[in-house]
Amino acid sequence: MTHNLILRVVSKTLIPLIILFALYVQFHGDFGPGGGFQAGVIMSAAIILYALVFGLDAAEKVIPPPLLRILASLGVVIYAGVGVVSLFFGGNYLNYSVLAESQVAGQHLGILLVELGVGITVFSVMLIIYFTFAGRSRP
Amino acid sequence: MIDIIINVTLLTFLVITAVAIVRITNLFAIIMLFSMFSFLSAGLFIVMDAVDVAFTEAAVGAGISTVLMLATLALTKDQKEKPFTVHRPWLPLTVVIVTGTALVYGTWDIAPFGAPDAPAQTHVAPDYLKRSIPETGIPNVVTSVLASYRGFDTLGEVTVVFTAGIAVMLLIGSRRKSTNLKQRKGAQDDT
Repeated sequence: MTHNLILRVVSKTLIPLIILFALYVQFHGDFGPGGGFQAGVIMSAAIILYALVFGLDAAEKVIPPPLLRILASLGVVIYAGVGVVSLFFGGNYLNYSVLAESQVAGQHLGILLVELGVGITVFSVMLIIYFTFAGRSRP
Repeated sequence: MIDIIINVTLLTFLVITAVAIVRITNLFAIIMLFSMFSFLSAGLFIVMDAVDVAFTEAAVGAGISTVLMLATLALTKDQKEKPFTVHRPWLPLTVVIVTGTALVYGTWDIAPFGAPDAPAQTHVAPDYLKRSIPETGIPNVVTSVLASYRGFDTLGEVTVVFTAGIAVMLLIGSRRKSTNLKQRKGAQDDT
């Protein structure tokens, strides 16, 4: 598919928009539909589109697989870490109310961080799975 | 009224897609039909006002899993194996009819969709709806339930996703490198 001019041009325009939409879904999940899971999947779809049009090697240059492995675990660490931090602030595990001065601010911060962790893990695991499967058919 | 028309249309297409998936032997067509099935389910979820679920179904079910299945298909044959044993359809047919009858019988006791006195609406849902805004200040109750009230569940889900990634890497991830190495070695030996 690397020689298809229309695909290349259109996907170059589309990929930034997809990434922007993923960020919107990620950080607007408190107010509209969406959240970490959907945002991670949409973000990985942008990279997969890039890999489909420009080839797997180009996509692996954008996000190297070793970095993906770190990111996948980083997301879980962020999520579990928020729980541990709330332990240190004197609350129960994953009780975000103690993270900031007021309960609402604490909950907001906690949910934002936790959703970020979810998004990072889902994004990198989806890409890991895709790269692994697609890499097997590489000559 | 319009709800019923949309529901009937979507469900009819859903059944047609399901029957087509069973009948067709071309795996590429089946993957595309799976994708259609997911989109139709997403449409149904939107009709039921579950936009978050519909969003996930459209992104994960129709988007990513289709791509992943296509990537898998590239590694395998694109035709289903022809079944070589001719079995009698009567036993499976009886089992399906009995199960289906039991399920349809079970739906008679389900409260109508959106009924305010349904168990789903009277258990913890009103509690969350009342507490979400004063306690978390988040208008999307789905997010506040998912990330805050049921934070442990979501932590488990993220761990499951993470584990899936590790499992894929362990099962088929490393072999590629070794074959590449072998090929490179072979190429060097040739030269």
